[in-house]
Amino acid sequence: VENVRLLDRLSSRKAALGTLYLTATHVIFVENGSEARKETWVLHSQISSIEKQATTATGCPLLIRCKNFQVIQLVIPQERDCHDVYISLIRLARPVKYEELYCFSFNPKLDKEEREQGWKLVDLSEEYNRMGVPNNYWQISDVNRDYGVCDSYPTEVYVPKSATAHIIVGSSKFRSRRRFPALSYYCKDNNASICRSSQPLSGFSARCLEDEQMLQAIRKANPGSDFLYVVDTRPKLNAMANRAAGKGYENEDNYSNIKFQFIGIENIHVMRNSLQKMLEVCELKSPSMSDFLWGLENSGWLKHIKAIMDAGIFIAKAVAEEGVSVLVHCSDGWDRTAQVCSVASLLLDPYYRTVKGFMVLIEKDWVSFGHKFNHRYGNLDGDPKEISPVIDQFIECVWQLMEQFPCAFEFNERFLIHVQHHIYSCQFGNFLCNSQKERRELKIQERTYSLWAHLWKNRADYLNPLYRPDHSQTQGTLRPQMAPCNFLYKFWSGMYNRFEKGLHPRQSVTDYLMAVKEETQQLEEELEVLRERLANLQKSQLNDNKIKSKRQDRSKELGLSTSNNSLANTPQEYSNDLKSFPSRSPSQGDEEDSALILTQDNLKSSDPDLSANSDQESGVEDLSCRSPSGGGCLPSEDSGKDSDEAVFLAV
Amino acid sequence: MLRSSQPLTGPNRKRCREDEMLLGSVLDEGERGFIIDTRSAQAAKQARMTGGGTEPKSSYPQWKRLHRPLERGRPLQESFIKLVEACNDTSVSMDRWLSRLESSRWLSHVKAALSTACLAAQCMDREEASVLVHGAEGTDTTLLVTALAQVILDPSCRTLGGFQGLLEREWIEAGHPFHLRCARSAYSHARLKQEAPLFLLFLDCVWQLNRQFPFSLEFSERLLLTLFDNAYASAYGTFLCNNEKERRRNAPRLSHRCLCKVKESTHSLWAWLNQPGEKKKYLNPLYSHNALVIWPSVEPQSIQLWQGLFSRWIRSSQYLEEAWAEIQRLAEGN
Repeated sequence: VENVRLLDRLSSRKAALGTLYLTATHVIFVENGSEARKETWVLHSQISSIEKQATTATGCPLLIRCKNFQVIQLVIPQERDCHDVYISLIRLARPVKYEELYCFSFNPKLDKEEREQGWKLVDLSEEYNRMGVPNNYWQISDVNRDYGVCDSYPTEVYVPKSATAHIIVGSSKFRSRRRFPALSYYCKDNNASICRSSQPLSGFSARCLEDEQMLQAIRKANPGSDFLYVVDTRPKLNAMANRAAGKGYENEDNYSNIKFQFIGIENIHVMRNSLQKMLEVCELKSPSMSDFLWGLENSGWLKHIKAIMDAGIFIAKAVAEEGVSVLVHCSDGWDRTAQVCSVASLLLDPYYRTVKGFMVLIEKDWVSFGHKFNHRYGNLDGDPKEISPVIDQFIECVWQLMEQFPCAFEFNERFLIHVQHHIYSCQFGNFLCNSQKERRELKIQERTYSLWAHLWKNRADYLNPLYRPDHSQTQGTLRPQMAPCNFLYKFWSGMYNRFEKGLHPRQSVTDYLMAVKEETQQLEEELEVLRERLANLQKSQLNDNKIKSKRQDRSKELGLSTSNNSLANTPQEYSNDLKSFPSRSPSQGDEEDSALILTQDNLKSSDPDLSANSDQESGVEDLSCRSPSGGGCLPSEDSGKDSDEAVFLAV
Repeated sequence: MLRSSQPLTGPNRKRCREDEMLLGSVLDEGERGFIIDTRSAQAAKQARMTGGGTEPKSSYPQWKRLHRPLERGRPLQESFIKLVEACNDTSVSMDRWLSRLESSRWLSHVKAALSTACLAAQCMDREEASVLVHGAEGTDTTLLVTALAQVILDPSCRTLGGFQGLLEREWIEAGHPFHLRCARSAYSHARLKQEAPLFLLFLDCVWQLNRQFPFSLEFSERLLLTLFDNAYASAYGTFLCNNEKERRRNAPRLSHRCLCKVKESTHSLWAWLNQPGEKKKYLNPLYSHNALVIWPSVEPQSIQLWQGLFSRWIRSSQYLEEAWAEIQRLAEGN
């Protein structure tokens, strides 16, 4: 469709005119006329909702909201075209079969072996070995080898040595969805462990010998402690209500030597609504500070993030400081349980704070343990009530921790944002379906590519320059401050306002420091080379030769410039709250204040665009996403930007 | 950019030829200028009742008046006190924290100050027009706007030396009454009438600029914290008294406020800060001269609580300090 306008959300005056394309996998907007062919690509999988708004004089507005928080506002001249686009997008954004998803057609031009290697990058049995299992206390069980015991669990689970197959099967019958207690994290320093399960089917008074034995086995696997914590991550009221439905929680009287604890985190419906409300705040036009803070508080979002974090901290403390094992569950043990176990693991073990370790963590606690990616993130069209930003919350917890401990993580914010992006993008096969069983049935590993391989290949973009393996912050357990600490939780505008470049620090400190680090390293290497040469020359008698050291002008290439010319930015509208009309003549007659509309004339000092090398994914895109260079087609992050502004991906 | 105090038009709409000529002489034929009045239109009108007022259109035809109300005085001090209380309150749960933060209104004041300074800067940089800034007395919000606008516009004000010069010029010499304004701070029960944290608000706005443009200011947060400390209690004479007159002369009538001959009797904060050993503590390792104007975003998401100041004694800054040490190390390694 031609003559479509793409509006800028913050500034209604900035609209780009171009052509809209709909392909089998993407929506593409190509801006007219610009010499740098500015394109905005949106994967259908990313589309969360499409809203057709009332036709105005300028055309028919269409609002596309994405799961990665991009909001695209289009104005299509003809109502009929708009309707066609709307209907098509509705269909395209709600695939019915897995085969419709992009990952099955995405082709990064790797051969079969490379594809396989990509999938082997993250190996969970290696991970469990790294943790120190199997050992005297823990063993691998293959009782679920055909998914016969629990179809949402993996084929290989780790259980205490004294847990026989009989105990496991018995316990699984007493647990919601048959999700029996299994090992999530083992601390070899003190034998304490984190195990996870779903809620017991205890109702008001039911008991199960095998389940009780299972918990006893877990406790015994930690000789250093005489009790076991059982943490229920639901609000007490919800857990109690479950009893009426024949489910519930562990009764301390029935299970020997357990200490039961509620650490309430709300359910998926509350979280879905919370996110919705927060996004509404983000969509406000020129909100006041009050509007924003009230709106944010009203959404409850940060409160929920803190609740997840607090639960993770409790468990990490229990393991690291008290040396006590913990069994965590919620209702079905695949949402809050996953969040809390992975936060705790991250706090406990510095390995999970590395790039590779983080991928392993997600693979372990989310992918292998049957987090319902399809239902939660809408790979396929399904029940809207199953949709919930569960992993988004976990990822945000990680970001909040990164802000508190800037040296502790090997990866940077951009890594987290890209991971989140790809959970929804369905460009890779890692996050399809609801369980390992389903993925194997679909033969995902033979038909799609692994995100981990792609990220690993590009890991240079994802590094945190402040990370040093020998730094004090990277050793041992992270101990976030407990109360008072409400002010520590910040609104993550890098994620929720990701595409609004005007909001962020325009210069990326991370990128700059990485470039500095690289340059320093190169200089040091060159210095070494020169020293050697000098030594050699001094040995020989040749004193005619001049040593030419070819130093490329690295600074420009790496976006490092001593005069940060790429900084040129434009003022936003500082007079938003007033009616706008151009004020040209000085004597306007009235005493009231009038808004000052300042024209967006070209910047006086236009500077060379140093961004060309800063990030492959911003600005110019190759029309075919089948590019061999990893092909990770992230959306061009400068949709609707002012063409004057330097393209500088500030993540 | 010019600054002044309010014109004394009074209820009878008095005129003053000299004042009109003065302002007229700033502009060329056909040029226009902007007057940014930091009071609301209503407050400015009401000021006439007590002898003050605004510049009437008819008398100052080339000047266009804009009102941008900025908080000052007691309400600003209350805002500060409320914020500090909220930060210290360990009983506030997460679901009440943001509304506590909001009810202090401090961040709204930061947003308003930045917006107004940006407006002044826009007038000059984009419209190429002269700007006159005043409130009532010309000693509080006026200075806030003119000083901030200069940090935004002028790269030399963003250097360590330039910033000190800016403070000296726009705050100290311009007569911001430090002695009255920076008296007891947020914990005092005294609630003095003349106390108001304008200077802190200015420092907070500069901190916001620093956060949004991490490479563009030569000095670090540490300098801002040091300035905050010294404005309230200092071993140096720089922030003493309320104006140059009090600092210079031996004025016995001013009784206990007569800290006369400041320059002879005390040491200068700047002299101490600029010693090579001290100076490097206040430098921003990421600094790189930026010749351009820096336009901050004043969207709520872009304005953050200055934790380094308000939570300074509540939370450990160890991890952040370690991060800065690392940044320093990397920057120096290059």
